[in-house]
Amino acid sequence: MKVMTQLAMVMNLDKCIGCHTCSVTCKQAWTNRSGVEYVWFNNVETRPGQGYPRRYQDQDTWRGGWELGRRGRLKPKSGGRLRKLLTIFANPVLPNIRDYYEPWTYDYSTLTTAPLGDDFPVAQPVSLLSGRPTSVEWSANWDDNLGGGPANAGLDPVIERLRSEAEEKVRFSFEQAYMFYLPRICEHCLNPSCVASCPSGAMYKRSEDGIVLVDQDRCRGWRMCVTGCPYKKVYFNHRTGKAEKCTFCYPRIEVGLPTVCSETCVGRLRYIGPVLYDADRVGEAASVADPTDLYEAQLDLLLDPSDPQVTDAARREGIPEDWLDAARRSPVYALTKVHRVALPLHPEFRTLPMVWYVPPLSPVTEALSSTGHDGEDVDNLFGAIDTLRIPVAYLAELFTAGDPVPVRRALQRLSAMRSYMRAVNLGDPPDESVAARAGMTGEDVTALYRLLAVAKYEDRYVIPTAHEAEGRHMEETACSLDFEGGPGMHGSGPFGEASGRPRPVSVETFHALRHRQTSPGGPGDPEARVNLLNWDGKGRPAGLFPPKGTRPEESA
Amino acid sequence: MSTVDTVLWGVLPYVTLVVLVGGTVWRYRYDQFGWTTRSSELYESRLLRVGSPLFHFGILVVVIGHAIGLLVPENWTSAVGIGQAAYHVQALLLGSVAGFATLAGAAILVYRRRTTGPVFTATTRNDKAMYLVLVAAIVAGLVATGSGAGVVGEEHNYRETVSAWFRSVFVLRPDVAAMASAPPAFRVHALIGMLLFALWPFTRLVHAFTAPVGYLFRPYIVYRSRAETARARRGW
Repeated sequence: MKVMTQLAMVMNLDKCIGCHTCSVTCKQAWTNRSGVEYVWFNNVETRPGQGYPRRYQDQDTWRGGWELGRRGRLKPKSGGRLRKLLTIFANPVLPNIRDYYEPWTYDYSTLTTAPLGDDFPVAQPVSLLSGRPTSVEWSANWDDNLGGGPANAGLDPVIERLRSEAEEKVRFSFEQAYMFYLPRICEHCLNPSCVASCPSGAMYKRSEDGIVLVDQDRCRGWRMCVTGCPYKKVYFNHRTGKAEKCTFCYPRIEVGLPTVCSETCVGRLRYIGPVLYDADRVGEAASVADPTDLYEAQLDLLLDPSDPQVTDAARREGIPEDWLDAARRSPVYALTKVHRVALPLHPEFRTLPMVWYVPPLSPVTEALSSTGHDGEDVDNLFGAIDTLRIPVAYLAELFTAGDPVPVRRALQRLSAMRSYMRAVNLGDPPDESVAARAGMTGEDVTALYRLLAVAKYEDRYVIPTAHEAEGRHMEETACSLDFEGGPGMHGSGPFGEASGRPRPVSVETFHALRHRQTSPGGPGDPEARVNLLNWDGKGRPAGLFPPKGTRPEESA
Repeated sequence: MSTVDTVLWGVLPYVTLVVLVGGTVWRYRYDQFGWTTRSSELYESRLLRVGSPLFHFGILVVVIGHAIGLLVPENWTSAVGIGQAAYHVQALLLGSVAGFATLAGAAILVYRRRTTGPVFTATTRNDKAMYLVLVAAIVAGLVATGSGAGVVGEEHNYRETVSAWFRSVFVLRPDVAAMASAPPAFRVHALIGMLLFALWPFTRLVHAFTAPVGYLFRPYIVYRSRAETARARRGW
């Protein structure tokens, strides 16, 4: 047994209202630069829907994740090492920018410079890639809230599988429509296929906290990682020619703060905590023959942090005491392993993803009440699970490779919790049999209730800080401008976008902000143009107004 | 042997070598972040799928051909029973097939670069200069191959002139006379080649120096310690 630690996340889909605050704050923090306009480390998809990029879940097309080869050996679905190198000159399954969307801005200047006339001036969309006028045909959330209806939702790969496998009628008529939101970040997998696909070895999994990162200095832009990741959460920065991905906000995590997406989630549906796992058995767990066994195999990897054998082994590996303590208090361990209500996203990709989801139950109570039933009675609730608007089969395709049993169990536990806690709220004696029917005790139910309903900031985010005498390195004690190359070294070097030595984040952000607010917009655009989406309202960046003395002649 | 010859074939090779090696070391040390293929496959893949493998596999064969032609002395091949005529036939066949594949690939890539809006806007002046020299080198090479084999003009055994000179450069006794006696096509090709190598460290061509051969021999999953990456480089 080789114990390793992993920071993992749980998202409670019952609470997600699809407000996209996580996406927006993440974007502002990490990807508001040129070259990554189309990059969403965090995105929120409406399910059913195509997702982002379009139909990323369809691995028959995109070849992401792992597959079992002959003799049951695990190999990347897009091919082994030799095949990767032979296709390195033109990756056959790299998504095109149109599978994401072509980033654009608007030609705002016409609004102020158009001559007086009968027609309202229009700010034409302009491509940020070619600098030419474009028409906007798709974007990150084009099918948000089932936008486009059956035409879009019918292209959902999960729906397609349901249709072909179960011949289930999946309808999109208005009365029967259902949807829920699925916020997604990088899964920081235990068996990351992006890392396995990287020819230059630039991608790695951090041994302390399991965060998967791209070494920007060693990435050579071979772009195999984009193909390798079945969740399409590694993106190619088309200006720098390097891969970028969700960093789990490691600079925040290292000092004990939750990720930006978690911090700003208005529904407070995200939980972060460490889990201990057995690194020796990762390969074995990922190569279980039957895909529906992968969920259990993955749970088996997670070790009980209260087990003295585990803690002894962990100490032998040099895992610090505060990490062990955090692992014991981890909400992620509780929701995944103890209560078993959180499920992994697409375990059949065999990457052992470490972002878990509590499946959505709503609006079952409301639906039952409206038909005259007691919406919180456990019998009614249990009976309703299989007739939910969101079919269990759909959830099972997402979270358990099609096995409805774990999904049903999770939903039953959530229902039992409602029923049980209603009695407590009303001052009635709590009914232990309700808990027992979901395979829990009253104590379990109360603990689950506390975790899902009342958990405070420090209960939701149990984050041990980066350890050892490393703190010194993390502080920018000296003047932050005092680095090789000196201040003012920013923008494009002679060898392309932002070439040269890396610079401290604080300096880079300062210069990047100033540069962005005072420079023209798109590539090769001689006319000053300001992206108002990036303008923070301070100052008057060049290009916001036309230069003085060039006022167009007003026509009578 | 004129002064011009001495400068071209006795001095220039060393200038090129110094720039190539020095420039590469300098860039590797100071511009890891800029060291990338700067792939534009995200923008356009239909033409790239044909052009890029054609060019790259072509150029790999061309490199192997150059290595054999320049580094293996003539008496070695004759010793294993390959005569001058036989050698020339295989060199011409292999060389022209690979050369034309490379040229066709490059043509597709340049056409794609010019006609695809996003790819064209992502093209720097540096890229344009590099493309010019690269294509010139390929064309000059094809002309030299054709003329040397007697397809056009007189047949020439370059292994007695160019190859001898090339090897002599690396033992620090440049055989200027040998190269000066080579036909113009070979001399032009060598000059453009030297220019290309001098430009190499300062263009996107550097990606070739970090061809990921090590991938074949490493485990799939890479772990790195945070402590180790934090200590290794301060970043400022």
